[in-house]
Amino acid sequence: MIERTPILNAVTQVVLLVMLFVILVPFWMVFAAASHDFVTVNRVPMPLWPGGHLYENLSEVWIKGNFGTALTNSLISSVLVTVGKVFLASITAFSIVFFRYRARMLVFWAIFITLMLPLEVRIVPTYAVAANVLSPLQQMLNLLGFQLVLPEWNLLNTYAGLVLPLVATATGTFLYRQFYLTIPKDLAEAAKMDGAGPLRFYWQILMPLSRSNMAALAAIMFVYAWNQYLWPLLVITDQANYATATMQLQKMVPEGFGEPPVWNTAMAATLIVLVPPAIVSILLQRLIVRGLITTEK
Amino acid sequence: MSAISLRNVKKAYGKNEVVHGVDFEAAAGEFVVILGPSGCGKSTLLRMVAGLESVTAGDIEIGGRVVNALEPRERGCAMVFQNYALYPHMSVADNIGYSLKVAGVPRSTRETRVKAVAESLGLGEFLRRKPGQLSGGQRQRVAMGRAMIREPLVFLYDEPLSNLDAKLRVAMRVEIRRLHQKLGTTTLFVTHDQVEAMTLADRIVVMNKGVIEQVGTPADVYHRPQSTYVASFIGAPGMNILPARLGAGSSLLLLDDGQTVDLAGHPGGSDLPNEVHVGIRAESISLANHGRGVRAKVHFTEELGSSRLLHAEVGSTPIIVSSKDAGIIEPGAEVNLELPPDSLHFFNPDSGRRIAH
Ligand SMILES: Nc1ncnc2c1ncn2[C@@H]1O[C@H](COP(=O)(O)OP(=O)(O)OP(=O)(O)O)[C@@H](O)[C@H]1O
Ligand SMILES: [Mg+2]
Repeated sequence: MIERTPILNAVTQVVLLVMLFVILVPFWMVFAAASHDFVTVNRVPMPLWPGGHLYENLSEVWIKGNFGTALTNSLISSVLVTVGKVFLASITAFSIVFFRYRARMLVFWAIFITLMLPLEVRIVPTYAVAANVLSPLQQMLNLLGFQLVLPEWNLLNTYAGLVLPLVATATGTFLYRQFYLTIPKDLAEAAKMDGAGPLRFYWQILMPLSRSNMAALAAIMFVYAWNQYLWPLLVITDQANYATATMQLQKMVPEGFGEPPVWNTAMAATLIVLVPPAIVSILLQRLIVRGLITTEK
Repeated sequence: MSAISLRNVKKAYGKNEVVHGVDFEAAAGEFVVILGPSGCGKSTLLRMVAGLESVTAGDIEIGGRVVNALEPRERGCAMVFQNYALYPHMSVADNIGYSLKVAGVPRSTRETRVKAVAESLGLGEFLRRKPGQLSGGQRQRVAMGRAMIREPLVFLYDEPLSNLDAKLRVAMRVEIRRLHQKLGTTTLFVTHDQVEAMTLADRIVVMNKGVIEQVGTPADVYHRPQSTYVASFIGAPGMNILPARLGAGSSLLLLDDGQTVDLAGHPGGSDLPNEVHVGIRAESISLANHGRGVRAKVHFTEELGSSRLLHAEVGSTPIIVSSKDAGIIEPGAEVNLELPPDSLHFFNPDSGRRIAH
């Protein structure tokens, strides 16, 4: 749109700046609080200008919270969740959009309905399965009158346990479906004429075309996986080795009665935990924008 | 041996049959144009040959082999799509060479072949560009290159020129014809543009509502249309069709307002049925002196430069006359038209089919 409305432009700019300010203030406060010593941070009001104890706080909390291990765990599980989600969403939507079979719409709606069943809602049955993966099968066998006893196999304290229940994604499938629907039918047919089978078409044509789509989905999903708290808390009991960053962060916040709040180290821990998703978002953001710029007809 | 042969091919979507039993053969090296109005099933027919659409009934043979159950890639066809359908994220070279890559042709061979094809289409300098950075005509050429590089048994074109502007369309038409002369590959070319069909085809297949109306050379289709449908579809303007009755002694023809045309000199005048539809081309009609021929009322004239088209009415039947030397004729004026007996075509008024001769 090309319009000559200087006043409106100015107003828009002001609104944007205000929003930016509102968004950035909490981050600034985290940063400022993380850089003071215990006494300064508890002064009322807390000084908004950063102090000189940032490095000290960071290194203290790094050891105390075992963040070396925790960040690695979070990174591994979040990357796996993200890759799994993108792969699963893209290939599921591929099936729904590019193939004609009877149950197609049924499958689509079944997936869509799971939007209403986030992990938090189905956490008890999910835990039951994670604690004994073969139990649904066992129950079915029992129901059918078989006396077979399946071995017990649990996913507690494993990366698989952290990752698998989070991998299925209705949002991502829907996003990919919408994207695939914009791809001209001719393109799939041209690939067919060129001799490419479905998987080759998926891999060599759909995947490169969906790059910006993929970046957007990955950014959202990485942050989602990184921020998981409830599920890791349930599935990980061996906290010395498998704790995730969010679990460790919780331990840095003072709890219990009468203990003084050590906000400076808590904020330093927060700073540590929020850096990786921020970096991922910024990196993928560049890809998203690049994808948008080089979009061709 | 025929390169393509269709035997009683039908296509139905659910209960709705859109191609009702098509039979025809294309000889090896022939350029066949499938011509028909929008929605008549041309694309469907072509896509069945390509293998993109299943065949409901009948057989399709390519190079002597029934291909009904074969995958597109096994049929030896290459297709050029109306919207080009180039892979947007690949360079021109990769687009052209994709089928070779899929087939596992080594990179060096692939590059030489891509280069050769691109050179022959004048795309040599665009090999590194993406389709988005090309003009419509260049994209069209890339699409042709992608088809050519596979050295197919059959080329299939689905209205490949309809997205181009008029001038480019003529240029690309020439190019397609030149390409066909050079490669000699059997070609099926779908279009709804009869000029394209006339200029390109060795033979034209005229389709209407899922059936073939006529198969013939362009001259055949123009000069001996087998039905009123073909007669009025081919040519610009299409043939005039006038309802008529045979008068006394079969030598006179009564048009619907009672005027007569002398049939003397028409070879088969005597064995015509009582009721006919008479066809005559606009350029076969000439203006006559007052008192001769058939009276018609002029509605308006269209200036074409080399000639004029008079849009007139005989009784209540519209008629178009093409004349090189008509002066300015005022709307509403009466003219006399000479309809030479040997330029008349006769059609059965019920079936629309041509009556022999
Ligand atoms: N997938 C489909 N499902 C149902 N009907 C279809 C389908 N594809 C085509 N048709 C119908 O088949 C008929 C023929 O379609 P087709 O695309 O072959 O026409 P066409 O002659 O190529 O027309 P155009 O010149 O507009 O491309 C049309 O009536 C169309 O509505
Ligand atoms: Mg069509």
